[in-house]
Amino acid sequence: MKASTSHSINVSSSTEHLREVRNFVQNFVQQFDVNKNDLDEIILAVDEAYTNIIKHAYNNDPNQTVKIELGTSTDTLWVQLSDTGFHFNADEYQPPDLLKRIKNKQRGGMGVYLIHKLMDSVEYSSAGKTNTILMRKRI
Amino acid sequence: MMKHFTITKRQEEHIAILEINGELDAHTAFQLEQQFKTLIETEAYHIIVNCSNLEYIASAGLGVFMAYIEDIRNLGGDIKLSNMTDGVYHVFDLLGFPSLYDIHRDESEALNSFKTQK
Repeated sequence: MKASTSHSINVSSSTEHLREVRNFVQNFVQQFDVNKNDLDEIILAVDEAYTNIIKHAYNNDPNQTVKIELGTSTDTLWVQLSDTGFHFNADEYQPPDLLKRIKNKQRGGMGVYLIHKLMDSVEYSSAGKTNTILMRKRI
Repeated sequence: MMKHFTITKRQEEHIAILEINGELDAHTAFQLEQQFKTLIETEAYHIIVNCSNLEYIASAGLGVFMAYIEDIRNLGGDIKLSNMTDGVYHVFDLLGFPSLYDIHRDESEALNSFKTQK
């Protein structure tokens, strides 16, 4: 269940906006009585989700838009990111084998794993052309 | 536009020390990548990355360490990390870095560990 939206932005899909996105999340979350560790984890989860959309949904096309909405319901903070790019099935993630990745000089795929570690629940959905990731964390 | 990630390079005997400052994310990671490439080109394989002024790291930043550690170790060197804040260490820890990377409390401890290896 998602309560009414309290805060949202539309942002172009470019890593040059990462800092702005993190500031946007920080400004919203700081209104609540959230400890520093939880605040940092929420900011990082949104950074990773937004970066994944830029790279995988929009293939680094900066002319696309990502919608980011944040809200709270009872003791939970939720964040939803929406895009209209390629659907990528991030549900089927495997916890990364760091040693194997280092040996193979692979560097990607850590973001999705981090998101699951940082947040209490992560849901992906697609409706029409829109893909969404909804993340929740108890605060 | 103000730069939100910078790298300062120093040398201590044969060891290259990179001080990384600010926010290391998918936008700024290429700067660190460029530094590692330059160090490898100049055959500087003993590297300490001092993170005392690193305020933030995302997985794109961790990916740079993952991409170069194997090459540098195969060339007889290492990338050692030092002076992480608790928040930055937490991210490295979530991804299991402490078991595979040489992470030190401070720069002098990292320097000593290179010197005793020689």
